[in-house]
Amino acid sequence: MEKNMLKDENDRVDGFLKVTGKAKYFAEYDLPGLTYGVLVTSTITKGKITTLETKAAEKAPGVVAVISHLNKPPAAAYEQEGGPQMKIFYTDKIFYNGQPIAIVVANTFERATYAASLVKATYAKETFNTDFEKALKDPKAKKLQGQADYKRGEENAYKTAEVKLEERYFLPIETHNPMELHGIIADWRPNNQLTVYAKTQGVKATQGTIANVFKIPMENIQVNSEFVGGGFGMALRTWPLEIATIMASKHIGKPVKLVVTRMQMFTMVGNRPAAIQTIGLGANKDGKLTGITHRAYGETSAYENFTEGVVNMAKFMYQCDNVNTSYVIVPVDLGVPIWMRGPGEATGAFALESAIDEMAHALDMDPLEFRIKNDPETDQQKNKPFSSKNIKEAYKMGAEKIGWRNRKNKPGSIVEGPWQTGYGVSVGVFNANRGKASVKGILKADGSLLLQSATSDIGPGTGTGMTLIASKLMGIPVDKITFELGDSSLPPAPSQGGSATLSTVGSAVNDVCVALKSTIAELAANSNMDATSNFVDVLKKNNLPQIEITKESQGGKERDNYSMYSFSIHFVQVKVNNLTGVVKISKIVSVGDSGTIVSPKTARSQMVGGAVGGIGMALTEESIIDHRYGRYINNNFADYHVPVNADVPEIDVNFINKPDPYINPMGAKGMGEIALIGFSAAVANAVFNATGKRIRTLPITPDKILA
Amino acid sequence: MKSSEQKPNQGDSRRDFLKKTSVITAIALTPGTAIKAAENNADERFAELFEKIPLKLTVNNKTYQTTVEPRVTLLDYLREELHLTGTKKGCDHGQCGACTVHVDGQRVNACLSLAVMNEGKKITTIEGLANGDTLHPMQAAFIKHDGFQCGYCTPGQIMSAVACVREGHANSRAEISEYMSGNICRCGAYPNIVDAIIEVKEGGETV
Repeated sequence: MEKNMLKDENDRVDGFLKVTGKAKYFAEYDLPGLTYGVLVTSTITKGKITTLETKAAEKAPGVVAVISHLNKPPAAAYEQEGGPQMKIFYTDKIFYNGQPIAIVVANTFERATYAASLVKATYAKETFNTDFEKALKDPKAKKLQGQADYKRGEENAYKTAEVKLEERYFLPIETHNPMELHGIIADWRPNNQLTVYAKTQGVKATQGTIANVFKIPMENIQVNSEFVGGGFGMALRTWPLEIATIMASKHIGKPVKLVVTRMQMFTMVGNRPAAIQTIGLGANKDGKLTGITHRAYGETSAYENFTEGVVNMAKFMYQCDNVNTSYVIVPVDLGVPIWMRGPGEATGAFALESAIDEMAHALDMDPLEFRIKNDPETDQQKNKPFSSKNIKEAYKMGAEKIGWRNRKNKPGSIVEGPWQTGYGVSVGVFNANRGKASVKGILKADGSLLLQSATSDIGPGTGTGMTLIASKLMGIPVDKITFELGDSSLPPAPSQGGSATLSTVGSAVNDVCVALKSTIAELAANSNMDATSNFVDVLKKNNLPQIEITKESQGGKERDNYSMYSFSIHFVQVKVNNLTGVVKISKIVSVGDSGTIVSPKTARSQMVGGAVGGIGMALTEESIIDHRYGRYINNNFADYHVPVNADVPEIDVNFINKPDPYINPMGAKGMGEIALIGFSAAVANAVFNATGKRIRTLPITPDKILA
Repeated sequence: MKSSEQKPNQGDSRRDFLKKTSVITAIALTPGTAIKAAENNADERFAELFEKIPLKLTVNNKTYQTTVEPRVTLLDYLREELHLTGTKKGCDHGQCGACTVHVDGQRVNACLSLAVMNEGKKITTIEGLANGDTLHPMQAAFIKHDGFQCGYCTPGQIMSAVACVREGHANSRAEISEYMSGNICRCGAYPNIVDAIIEVKEGGETV
């Protein structure tokens, strides 16, 4: 990555490329002989393709090929029995509306688009159901256990508590919708050599999936993905449309580019599944929790199961001797979901953190006080101490900044004309992960350091964070350090997901830098130089143009002894118009308790972005299906409302910024997920405080306020 | 296909266009001829002669004289023909602003404009904003205030931000937010984008 104009060492290392339009995303590589693919998708929701008429398309100007289950280009794994049900172009079965059934390849995008409109399919339709609530109520509909039931102490203890509540919460389908459309460029060359330009959160994962499907060696496959225009989870797997494009390239012997439409982003690249949750809470009159029951039902697809951590938080977030959880998944005839930022924990936190607020209200307690009163000293689920947890300090810091003292415990107390003001708080928590990664470091006699790892940057600023870690350890200015990523030929690293990249890859950067320093110290000693000599002098004295070290890094036994989580507190002030039902978020304070902050500028942006995602979850986002046809009806940015600039106030981001002593050498815990987890509950709680109306169905739209 | 290599059409494009349209009409009335042309694999020559329309436009101070199918959007023309990929496709429906460019000084969604509608017009894309290696003040301010994460909406945001200041719509946070609401940022960098625009506006430099 090229650097230029860095005025501040905390600026993004790829900022120059991004503001000049020079950053190249997958669809922007121009290969000789490039062709364009356009997908034909099913117009029914369930059944079988009976005929597929492709002749007209094949004859259309510029068309190279039409590929479908009729010509099955070789994909070795799909030729075998078993494996996934959705083997693209190896099945005539339709599992959801909008499923890719053919790819038309032509020499221009316009010609491929036109020709795709000429492909006609007929189907044998079967009855289907895309309505999750209907499936849940239907005793004959399939239900599967999504996670083992959990029980600590007495089951359903809340039922016999002095003060109790039991409430039901609904979350609709949300769609990731990164700004960059999904797709791939595939270039299959003779001797089974394949290069792809992908939109992926994991180049090694993409490489592995392709190797498995086509049964070719990993080393034959080169995956490039230097810049990714957002993912939020949807690029954590290689989707059938990518396999389809690779098949097409193999079939025609030319590179093929596929970029899906915004409408297709709703159907074939996952979503945050709908969920129905019931929370039972019991407390004594002094405000101590005596029972928590969290039961969740999550949507999944009929052809593949999907699960996430919806009920995780209830097991450890509050001190309570009696806790039980269950999580059941319910298949419907839609495309399979995939983790969306904050994943299941964000779904769960909406319900749990709303219920906690409801219980505080029932007890006539300040919800912040209620949380502090039930804050656990140790993790009761794992029976271990927390590796670090500064949540009380975070509560205090955030309360001060939002002006919590101005909040009235009685809802609807602050009124000015039609506007009612309210304050809300909630907690977010996510597992502080650390995986295994390798980094290569090349220290050069020209004073520069090159670091390489097959990790990704979907936006958080991976390169910037890694550069800052290395700069601090090596004493090399950031403009002399280059961090290369998004290339499957580099030393392996896991996919960018679960807020683990900085912890995982950063540790390997740390280890490489430590090893480079000790090698330099050895060389200095051997050549009778001072131990503190500059590495440039040491390399020159030893006639070495460079030294190169690769280190694999992973955690040790610390996880056996400690429970490791990142925490966040979200405070919001809302103004609700009691005539129009409009909710305006007027102030946001987010506090992150995620260990050391390695890269302050990008970390702040992560928290800001999480809050903005949270505003969407709370107030506007909902993918709506017409269940008569099984089709999304708001599958575009005009009808699916993500927050825009005018929806977002100034966001006050704060960090505790204290190192976690155990997790990794930096003491840094992940923060991409906690930036969003819990936020929607803070909004719902603020709306309740403003109006006295408790909205348990997201998003909180004006009709629900006025109802 | 390579635009600047096309022979000049001697400013006769309108008459040329009408002449060709009448030939297309004639062929449309004789389907047999058209089908035969396709079967003879004459697609390319047919398209070049009859489907494409002459176009002269200026992009980032460089004039292109070319022919283009009338269904090609300005966005796809910039990205696929001129390889100016700084302008992004986010929705192709004018709903997200990722493709914002300046056409004769006005901010326009390039996906909602057909290339042929831009005859004789001056287009500026993100690639034409900096002065050589010197960033435009808005580009520098976006870096300083971290007005992006993934960077995909950024060129459109910056083109819109420059226009927002030039239009005189950058007088308060609220006004900036309103006039920047046609540019979606899914990473949620909005407050930082507003900070960047305020800095440029208050810096008083000509934008």
